[in-house]
Amino acid sequence: MYQIIEKQVLTPVSKLFVIKHPQLAQKAQAGQFVIIRLHEKGERIPLTIADFDAKAGTISLVVQEVGKTSQEMGALKTSDQILDLIGPLGYASHIQNYGTVICIGGGLGIAPIYPIARALKKAGNRVLSIIGARNQELLFWEDKMRAVSDELYVVTDDGSSGRKGLVTEVQKELINKEKIQKVFAIGPAIMMKFVVETSRPHQLSTIVSLNSIMIDGTGMCGGCRVQVGGVTKFACVDGPEFEGLDVDFDNLFKRLNYYRDEEKVAIKKQHLCRLDNIK
Amino acid sequence: MNKTPRQAIPEQEPALRIKNFEEVALGYTEEQALLEASRCLQCKNSPCVSGCPVQVQIPKFIQLIKEKKYLESAKKIKETNALPAVCGRVCPQESQCEKKCILGIKGEPVAIGRLERFVADYERAHSTEKVSQVKSNHVKVAIVGSGPAGLTCAADLAKKGFEITVFEAFHQAGGVLVYGIPEFRLPKSIVQKEIEKVQELGVIIKTNMVVGKIVDIEELFQQGYQAIFIGVGAGLPSFLNIPGEDLGGVYSANEFLTRVNLMKAYKFPEYDTPVKIGQKVAVVGGGNVAMDSARSAKRLGAEVYLIYRRTQKEMPARTEESHHAQEEKIIFQILTNPIEILGNEQGNVKAIKCLKMELGTPDESGRRRPIPIPGSEFILEVDSVIMALGNKSNPLLTTVTPGLELNAKGNIIVKNEAGQTSLANVWAAGDIVTGAATVIEAMGAGKKAAQSIMTQFSKVN
Repeated sequence: MYQIIEKQVLTPVSKLFVIKHPQLAQKAQAGQFVIIRLHEKGERIPLTIADFDAKAGTISLVVQEVGKTSQEMGALKTSDQILDLIGPLGYASHIQNYGTVICIGGGLGIAPIYPIARALKKAGNRVLSIIGARNQELLFWEDKMRAVSDELYVVTDDGSSGRKGLVTEVQKELINKEKIQKVFAIGPAIMMKFVVETSRPHQLSTIVSLNSIMIDGTGMCGGCRVQVGGVTKFACVDGPEFEGLDVDFDNLFKRLNYYRDEEKVAIKKQHLCRLDNIK
Repeated sequence: MNKTPRQAIPEQEPALRIKNFEEVALGYTEEQALLEASRCLQCKNSPCVSGCPVQVQIPKFIQLIKEKKYLESAKKIKETNALPAVCGRVCPQESQCEKKCILGIKGEPVAIGRLERFVADYERAHSTEKVSQVKSNHVKVAIVGSGPAGLTCAADLAKKGFEITVFEAFHQAGGVLVYGIPEFRLPKSIVQKEIEKVQELGVIIKTNMVVGKIVDIEELFQQGYQAIFIGVGAGLPSFLNIPGEDLGGVYSANEFLTRVNLMKAYKFPEYDTPVKIGQKVAVVGGGNVAMDSARSAKRLGAEVYLIYRRTQKEMPARTEESHHAQEEKIIFQILTNPIEILGNEQGNVKAIKCLKMELGTPDESGRRRPIPIPGSEFILEVDSVIMALGNKSNPLLTTVTPGLELNAKGNIIVKNEAGQTSLANVWAAGDIVTGAATVIEAMGAGKKAAQSIMTQFSKVN
């Protein structure tokens, strides 16, 4: 059992949990992920590590309440326990002084891009960050991102905060304005695809973090397999980060959608609609 | 001459059992066990024992059954076998102990496995005795992986006073016994009890610990472990590398079985993990894992085709398993090789395209080589495909352990039967060394490693 020592409400649908796990906190690096299971009947889901503090012995996880497990996790409180927490899994981001880099965090992806931006900054890069969300309500960590970036651009779909538009518009402008050596992007799969497409004309290396469906996270199940450069890779042991220019995103979308109907069943079972009681 | 026939084991009827996940074989009654035990000739040279990878004292435990001393009989087995209820169920006795049984020359061998199971089950139901812990010798040993190899090594060493910590990557101990072998062949409550018995010996099991990630071999030595045993099991599942394998509904047997067994997807939505296979399922492969997958899919309500490129004779599965599968109306699509998986607009499986095969001359495995018949392509409409083609080695630990020698396939190279690796004080056994094998072979290798660790550290101390 792993104790939640702090909970923050980042947005109406996303929550941050600071969890005590000294050994994991010691080992965790930017880009890695964990697998959690909340209770005896729970499923195992992967979550990218949003932050870690070796001194305090804690790691931070951010969840967006979209599925049954993430909704259940969102409802947990400070001092509640998480049954299983496994990690750190996957390879850490490859951090070095590339020169000038763009870090893009979309929606919940703002959380895991943060430690990457921080590490890149520390390694001496000029860090240009773009964070985006549907609207202001869904944005978070603007201050934290600003603190580790040379420049920070905020965009929302509806213009309720920062600039109205898409992260790729800013990305394109930055690419046209100065020489960029590398892009790191984490967010919804569709966003990462378009970030990659924006980089492609410039053959600009763009690292994406793939959130495939997986069970064990240790290479055993193969559920997370993705096509990268025409070769089957396992996101859990070969990733989760890959060169986006080589990733077959359409294949990823299909695999991510496979259990959509079951997800609805699971949520329905959890949520008893009061309408059903009206005879 | 003893004329008692080999006692059949009662089983759930096929029509009934394909609708549940309860155990197929029901086990001997006391009466049946006594009759079967009476068949044992108590051979002085006990050839059966030499057929057992963990050298269970077979005639002795059977003699104790004859004397109705069932608890003592269980103890006799446990002297050398930490997991008798497991072995009594999943060991391929027909190619091990029972193959060597003298009775088998003229008739049918003693049903050693069934008797082992009877005794283990009797003990579990009747014994209240706690296993006593041995005085510590203060030698700390880390065991990586809690599957059959790791548990056996742990139990044997704990019995000699070693301080054992087992590191397991999953949230539950047992390895393939919990994620791989289905409930209807090996109930998880039984595995749990066997593991509890190992823990009673003083073995500490730490779950959720991926060695190679949260801690590595060097750090384990720094933490005071003097010997390390690696039994991490099989790794990355193999695929055929044919078009369409990334479609939704194509599973590795590992994924399918883990969802169903470990995560209890057959109880979805009571349990949160789903498994979706549709009405028609193709399982590709002919081993025990293919049978487990096919029979699990059947129990989830599907019509199941087992696609295998040779004939039933060449199948690596135990005869008992393929027999059970056929009783359960699994359709054996033999001499068939998939060449493509076809998808619908949603990117999910809709059919599998196959070629008919014929058998040619034997290949290096000694089995007749399957040869495609030109123009024999046909399409089988299915909703999902389960690939049961074996596993590659798991790179998680081995790639971050400098100096640990691996072969071309990524399996750990051991210097001898004892499982000593190229690293001092590091032993390895089970599937990470041999590639896919059986539970009992892994147990046998874990046992030899335990012996070797004992020898090494009795010299030192």
